[in-house]
Amino acid sequence: MNNIKRLVIPSLIAMAASVSAAQAEKLTLYCSAQEDWCQLMARSFEDATGIDVNMTRKSSGETFAQIKAESSNPKGDVWWGGTGDPHLQAAEEDLTEPYVTPMRGELHDWAISQASSAGDKTIGIYSGALGYGYNTDLLAANNLPEPACWKDLLKPEYKGHVQMANPNSSGTAYTTLATMVQLFGEDEGFDFMKGLHSNINQYTKSGSAPIKAAGRGENTIGIVFMHDAVKQAVSGFPVKVVAPCEGTGYEIGSMSIIKGARNMDEAKKFYDWALSTDAQNLALEVNAFQVPSNKGADTSPSAPDMSSIKLIDYDFKTYGSSAERKRLLQKWDEDVSTLPQ
Amino acid sequence: MRNTTNTKTSHPALIFWIVAGWVGFLLLPWYGVEDGILSFEWLIDGYPFDEDYAPAAFLIAQGEKLWLAPLLLPLALSLAALGRPKSDPLYAKILILTGALGFGWLTAQGFGIGIRGFNFEWLKALFGELGDRQFGMGLGAMVLASAFLFIFTQGIAARGAINGDVFVVSAIGGVIVIVTTFVFFPIAKMLLAAFVTEEGSYSAGVFAAKFFDDRLWGLGCLSGGRCGVAWNSLFLAVLVGLLTTVLGLVFALVVTRSGFRYKRALRALTVLPIITPPFVIGLALILLFGLSGAVTQFISDLFGVQPTRWLYGLPGVLIAQVLAFTPIAFLVLIGVVEGVSPSMEEAAQTLRANKWQTFRTVSLPLMRPGLANAFLLGFIESMADFGNPLVLGGNFDVLSTEIFFAIVGAQYDQGRAAVLAMVLLFFTLSAFYAQRAWLGKKSYTTVSGKGDAGVHPMMPNGLAIPVFVIAGAWGLFTIVIYGMILYGSMVELWGVNNTLTFKHYVTAFSVRIEDSGIRWTGAAWDSFWTTIYIAAAAAPLTAVVGLITAYLLTRQTFAGKNAFEFGTMLSFAIPGTVIGVSYILAFNVPPIEITGTGLILIISFIFRNMPVGVRAGIASMSQLDKSLDESSLTLGANSWQTFRKVILPLLRPAILAALVYSFVRAMTAISAVIFLVSAEYDMATSYIIGRVENNDYGLAIAYSTTLIFVMLSVVGVMQLIVGRTEIGRRMSQSRTNV
Repeated sequence: MNNIKRLVIPSLIAMAASVSAAQAEKLTLYCSAQEDWCQLMARSFEDATGIDVNMTRKSSGETFAQIKAESSNPKGDVWWGGTGDPHLQAAEEDLTEPYVTPMRGELHDWAISQASSAGDKTIGIYSGALGYGYNTDLLAANNLPEPACWKDLLKPEYKGHVQMANPNSSGTAYTTLATMVQLFGEDEGFDFMKGLHSNINQYTKSGSAPIKAAGRGENTIGIVFMHDAVKQAVSGFPVKVVAPCEGTGYEIGSMSIIKGARNMDEAKKFYDWALSTDAQNLALEVNAFQVPSNKGADTSPSAPDMSSIKLIDYDFKTYGSSAERKRLLQKWDEDVSTLPQ
Repeated sequence: MRNTTNTKTSHPALIFWIVAGWVGFLLLPWYGVEDGILSFEWLIDGYPFDEDYAPAAFLIAQGEKLWLAPLLLPLALSLAALGRPKSDPLYAKILILTGALGFGWLTAQGFGIGIRGFNFEWLKALFGELGDRQFGMGLGAMVLASAFLFIFTQGIAARGAINGDVFVVSAIGGVIVIVTTFVFFPIAKMLLAAFVTEEGSYSAGVFAAKFFDDRLWGLGCLSGGRCGVAWNSLFLAVLVGLLTTVLGLVFALVVTRSGFRYKRALRALTVLPIITPPFVIGLALILLFGLSGAVTQFISDLFGVQPTRWLYGLPGVLIAQVLAFTPIAFLVLIGVVEGVSPSMEEAAQTLRANKWQTFRTVSLPLMRPGLANAFLLGFIESMADFGNPLVLGGNFDVLSTEIFFAIVGAQYDQGRAAVLAMVLLFFTLSAFYAQRAWLGKKSYTTVSGKGDAGVHPMMPNGLAIPVFVIAGAWGLFTIVIYGMILYGSMVELWGVNNTLTFKHYVTAFSVRIEDSGIRWTGAAWDSFWTTIYIAAAAAPLTAVVGLITAYLLTRQTFAGKNAFEFGTMLSFAIPGTVIGVSYILAFNVPPIEITGTGLILIISFIFRNMPVGVRAGIASMSQLDKSLDESSLTLGANSWQTFRKVILPLLRPAILAALVYSFVRAMTAISAVIFLVSAEYDMATSYIIGRVENNDYGLAIAYSTTLIFVMLSVVGVMQLIVGRTEIGRRMSQSRTNV
């Protein structure tokens, strides 16, 4: 655009400028959270600022691929939501823009450490701990004991009752794999995955599918992020959420500004707004039970109480890198998934 | 007659295309407009100088995109043809040169220069870095490309091809170009993607590594482990093909060879699954036979057995697919079973064969083409099916779902998706080929011009009893499934709270009357209107392309006609998932950059459903005697006038069949659509799948039920218009000829 305007005769510059000034401010938002949350964020930002939001919802993997594909000609401005790994990867590949927000003082430490591990190119907006949930009716009907720890899931009586996603296709399941490796050490972690394998009735494609199946009564125990399990319980399904006793890993949902964004000012406005208490309180309206990164934001009483959960010191930098990811997944493919069940 | 036209020196069609070419070059925005060409926002936003909206001429005048300048040469050259008579040999030469140069250069620059400058290393080596880039073609480029194409075909016609018939040559040229662009090009692009390494170069090793993958071809299931996806898909598809053929035959026999009284009801029942969104049957099966399903609970209470998850995996997918695709086999077979000449059967009986011998040695062999077609369709539909394996697959992975997750999953591996798609394509094309080989060159014709006053014999008793039992049981099962769907849409929270409610319909389709008019507040309206709009836009275009192609195939002879026919039918053998993948790979980058628009959905529907239009058109056109065309031509009409005034009016049933079919398919298709939808253009089916993934079964089923009723009324209205020509009948005719 600028390039062109230099070349055009001056009188036309004035014309073109007057036309573009008449245009409304706009923002292209790539959103990787659940659909209704994305819609609510986009609409509320429009209401708060008068900036038109053009929102596209895609999973974090898809969005990452899209931003990468568009890198020579970015079409998006802000990428909000979705698990942290692809955001970190985007930072690593220099697809996103560093930005230090004035809102930092209001944020939890984990949100800021996410930013500092990526050279300020991303920031935490919510976090959620890994765990599992079970269908209380089915557990009772099958006379099964109530599980409380990760290792409980290895017991032979749970054979055919546990479901998790396939780490190859789901970020949630990869977090599970990485958590076990960090929690128990690599060898014991893989032994755990092998033991679990013989109790698994299905590796689903999508990360939250196991607990949804449990809600419907099509499965007993689902390994998922705890906020997904809470959501099922709140919707009225007989689901109980478990924070495993050994401790557990977690994800940090993140936000980044896309490098070369066409609407950089609006992108920064959105970025600051999304970290405010008002914006983060919106999560409760759509039953999103993640823990918000703003210290002042409300947490739902149904949400898992993060202070009572033993969180491991999850190494996002190492386990988010593509080399380590590839290695673990290949090992899982070769050592675990091929075992007879 | 010819002489008079040949000496004319003004040719309206030529003038039209030359003017169109100049308009495309001088006035219309050259590149794709971000908000869509039809928004016309570009008219007030800096046009014609802003780089985003400028026509080619303005870009060149400002010293930008100078590689477009050579296009002026053929454009100027075309003017030299004006004022010359067609008989002048220079006339044809000028036009051919204009078209070839213009179209060739346009294509070459489009592929040579992309969003990162030069697309090929050797171009960089030759000219150095370009330092500039270009985006997808827009209105101007498209109009200019069409102008060059049709100037070229007029040149070919002027040289005497197809008796100098401009309309026919242009139609052939047009169909070749669009089929190449929207069928061959994406498929080729997808095949190439299988060879791309992570660094972006090409290597056969990458392909081999992905192709000889244990996850694809492993035979672990023979020894208690898990088998590769390819074997899973193949096994499932063969089973589904066989079962649907047998069941389809059973129903066809009941309708044609028995005293069954409610034949019309049976036919109606078979239309249902065709208008059912694909995964709804899967959901109903879960509600019945899942771990907490109604039947499962009942049986476990009754016999005290522990409920199992038997449904998830091969059994569930198999049942759902057989339910969904049996009607297609039925529709194919009923035409064939009816078509078997009663005289032959009577002749056999006169020769003292008993009923059973007659059936086995005369009727059945004559049904071979129908059986083969039915099997083929079941096989292909099963291969391409996406919704049912997604819902019911469990650990039983099939190619179509694997392709999807290779693209959207955490692995994001387009190469793997391409390899899987190639395997899928290989299976379906082999099935096509095997079918042709099996039918061979034998004649199965039994319907001739002579009247056949015979009556079909009844089935032999030994056959009739099992046929009735199977048909009855399966018919009842279908009714229960649909009852379940209706019921499932009206309960609060399935399995937890079974109170009846209209809540889901209200959430999906509520409206509010306000001062400013009606506000569509329901959650489903957006995708609903988009679906209607896309389906309604695609249907007439499908019919047009299909009928023109059918006209060329039945009425004209030209070199390469067989290859032409193969090309137009190819997209039918290609599963939707493959189309979806290849479309993103091909149309995500310039020169044709249409992903994320409504256009890509419309185009994908046109080429997915075109073969049916072609077949319906061929079937009807073969019934029209050629003497009709000839008399029209003798009376001085040209072939366009003949097509429009004589053939088209006689083709009304075929046109309506193509319209209904493509409309219905556009509303229920999911396999290709799932890759091509965007936030702005979300289709009903992908919205429903999203609700299913979110555990929102009530809404998903309520939406599907509504769609079923909408399509029923559309089919009903269409039937009223065509009179007694039944949609099923039409489809069976068109399908039989595949």
